[in-house]
Amino acid sequence: MDIFFQQVLNGLVLGSVYALVALGYTMVYGILQLINFAHGEVLMVGAMTAVTVVNLLQKSAPGIPGPILLIIGIGCAIPVCIALSLVIERVAYRPLRNAPRLAPLITAIGASIVIQTLAMMIWKPNPIVFPDLLSTEPIELGGALLAPKQALILVVSAVMMGGLLLLVYRTRLGRAMRATAENPRIAALMGVDANRVIALTFAIGAALAAVAGVLVAMNYNIAQFAMGFMPGLKAFTAAVLGGIGNLAGAVVGGLLLGIIESLGAGYIGDLTGGFLGSHYQDIFAFVVLIGVLLLRPSGLLGERVADRA
Amino acid sequence: MTDLLLDIRGVSKRFGGLQALSDVTLAVPRGHIVGLIGPNGAGKTTLFNVITGLYVPDDGQFLLDGKPYSPTAVHLVAAAGIARTFQNIRLFGSMTALENVMVGRHVRTSAGILGAVLRTPAQRTEERAIRDQALAILEFVGIAGMANHTARTLSYGDQRRLEIARALATEPRLLALDEPAAGMNATEKQSLRGLLERILQRGTTILLIEHDVKLVMGLCDRVTVLDQGRCIAEGLPADVRLDPAVIEAYLGTTPEGSAHA
Amino acid sequence: MPEGATPGHWRRALGIGLIAIALVALPFVAGLAGNSWVRILDFALLYIMLALGLNIVVGYAGLLDLGYIAFYAVGAYLYALLSSPHLIEQFEWIAQALPNGMHAGIWLILPLGAGLAAAFGILLGAPTLKLRGDYLAIVTLGFGEIIRIFLNNLNAPANLTNGPQGISNIDSVSLFGLNLGKKIVLGSPETGSLEISSVTMYYFLFLALTLLLLVVSVRLQDSRIGRAWVAIREDEIAARAMGINTRNVKLLAFALGASFGGISGALFAAFQGFVSPESFTLNESIVIVAMVVLGGMGHIPGVILGAVLLYAIPETLRHVARPVQESLFGAELIPAEALRMLLFGLSMMLIMLVRPAGLWPAAQRQGS
Repeated sequence: MDIFFQQVLNGLVLGSVYALVALGYTMVYGILQLINFAHGEVLMVGAMTAVTVVNLLQKSAPGIPGPILLIIGIGCAIPVCIALSLVIERVAYRPLRNAPRLAPLITAIGASIVIQTLAMMIWKPNPIVFPDLLSTEPIELGGALLAPKQALILVVSAVMMGGLLLLVYRTRLGRAMRATAENPRIAALMGVDANRVIALTFAIGAALAAVAGVLVAMNYNIAQFAMGFMPGLKAFTAAVLGGIGNLAGAVVGGLLLGIIESLGAGYIGDLTGGFLGSHYQDIFAFVVLIGVLLLRPSGLLGERVADRA
Repeated sequence: MTDLLLDIRGVSKRFGGLQALSDVTLAVPRGHIVGLIGPNGAGKTTLFNVITGLYVPDDGQFLLDGKPYSPTAVHLVAAAGIARTFQNIRLFGSMTALENVMVGRHVRTSAGILGAVLRTPAQRTEERAIRDQALAILEFVGIAGMANHTARTLSYGDQRRLEIARALATEPRLLALDEPAAGMNATEKQSLRGLLERILQRGTTILLIEHDVKLVMGLCDRVTVLDQGRCIAEGLPADVRLDPAVIEAYLGTTPEGSAHA
Repeated sequence: MPEGATPGHWRRALGIGLIAIALVALPFVAGLAGNSWVRILDFALLYIMLALGLNIVVGYAGLLDLGYIAFYAVGAYLYALLSSPHLIEQFEWIAQALPNGMHAGIWLILPLGAGLAAAFGILLGAPTLKLRGDYLAIVTLGFGEIIRIFLNNLNAPANLTNGPQGISNIDSVSLFGLNLGKKIVLGSPETGSLEISSVTMYYFLFLALTLLLLVVSVRLQDSRIGRAWVAIREDEIAARAMGINTRNVKLLAFALGASFGGISGALFAAFQGFVSPESFTLNESIVIVAMVVLGGMGHIPGVILGAVLLYAIPETLRHVARPVQESLFGAELIPAEALRMLLFGLSMMLIMLVRPAGLWPAAQRQGS
């Protein structure tokens, strides 16, 4: 039972990160009906930027306390990722708004490859260590152990998600975003500048992904040019699981996927009589994705996607 | 009533909170041309979609040629003998006009992968027949000159004709046309009317949704009127036209003036 | 068959004759520069086969499959398992059943590989039939990855695939008594001898199969099923309304496309003598999609061009990038592999922005 709770806790930590990234996917899909294939790379760039800054500062100014370094790292990652995301939108997606659906998917894949390769060239292929910036003394929580960095992940994610929900449901910009997602033409008639709203959507998604990237790097103490792909794919699965286009769905889907993966990895040995080991963990996301699309394609909380006439 | 090709009773369809069709009856006598009219949102295309398997009705009895007909899978509808066109033209844009019509022959032919890869004599004969028949239909419809032109480059009127040609290629007993005259000028409509009359002469029954009341009145043998998902009138065009319920449905409560064109 | 020879016919025959001569001479000419160049030709042919196969799925039927490499893997591992000592070493009962060793041979494995891959094609395609384009892409991507993960991990409890280490000591192809793995020498020292290297022999084997698959592709294109595929791609609802059983026809596309992958996979395993999960990554699936899309989706000459360009150029770059950069800049600024991927990603973006129909699309006939 202890193990169960521990795994659930781990799953929630994992899932919070998925939720942050899933929100980015779901917002873009809600407005453009487009899978932003390059989103995972934005996460990676956030992580790489932060790890570079943190390592640089640690060497040049050793007195700065860990948490401050972390904040600075995040603070640097966010604008870089926002800029990157806006460039991607402008170059790879905007010119193809009226093209058949295949086209932006291909450019997204191309962009993803370009970003990954550039990252590999800039930061070299070898993984970079992300130092421990917080104490490593685990916190006890009802029989399970929670590392401070895991607790931080939960808190930061919750805060950011809360902020996003506030933005979307309580501000003018948020209303404009929701209107554009529902019906871009009518929204335009109401004076909403679609291009601006779309750019802002990408920017917000990028900010969330930047934070997620830093959190992932912090959690595993490692950052590398290829680290964006899997979390990106899994976050997309989470978005679909919760109901693409649906913000609450992205959060629910993310948390749920994290728990499924964590429990699955923990128990798969027992479940399959030793046939499958925990290195099959990555398969869970794919199985969930395929399962959802086959059985309940609109996701748990239902799709919210504009009608394509 | 003369023998009915299509006999539909009691069809109902609900979408969430909206009752799109309530207890609708439609009778299409063999060899005749029946018009389905009604104001916007009356449920005409919904009824079409039910007949052609795109929507599953909540209720209803269907008889095609006297035999029970349940349009569950869309692809079986053509085999059963009902072919349709669409309100917003749905051609295979990057294929030529000829190829579009050749696709229409799919349901009446049978060559598969093996035949295609091995080019068996049977397959080659069938291919030749498909091509010849498709050309003949293009000829019949009046666009034989466009045979090798890419479908999406055809003029609007020619595209509509092509869609009809493609439907005819399936050798339907019932040709169901969803607003074939939409967007056409008077000359084009005359031309279309001629085509539909020729199709009738060949023995194909036609069911037609149209907004152009003049066209419907001049062409159809019988007319059914829908309003808000219900049948409000059925019969000869001249009678239906003067039916107060019909006039009210189209024009509101002032029962005056001719129906709009 | 036409009666009487017209000038057009003579020209066509001449053209085909010239191409045939060029194709036959090619490996010998390339061989003068070294065997590694002939290897490039061999791999180019393998990629052409893969691109032709994916063309059926993506180009004809419009189903974006991002996990196509899985079928290549199926064919390759089938050949590997049936033509190497691996299974005999792992399983006592197999060793006893086959005292002469596991040497299934190409004649048996090619059709078997095609069939097994086709079965996988149906298996992977069936769940995707109702999905929209983007979702279909992601699910097929997922399937491709699942297969790779299984190949990487099926070494316990029973060692089927030997995990990340892969399977080696795979037999080379043996055709009509000829072992393609060893060069042959024709003639004698007195009359003058001609040496045909192993890679050259493989070239001709691959060429023969490529031509076969090419003929199959062309015949499918101009057939009832081929038209049905394009109809589904253009407008699935209209296709159904015309009586096309879209479910079955789509499954046929998956099956047929996959079978091409299975065939080339088997050839690959024999050629390389070794297979491991590393050869079947997502990157490879993406490369093949790029070949089809960049070349000209659904247009066979374009697809072949796409395959040749997207394989030959990066390979040439790999040989040439370092020396060129060193002579120009004094040092290798961008490693060849990175340069290759960079150009790759950029070309995918550029083509969609500038020429979305591909480099060599089917000719459109203007009308009206």
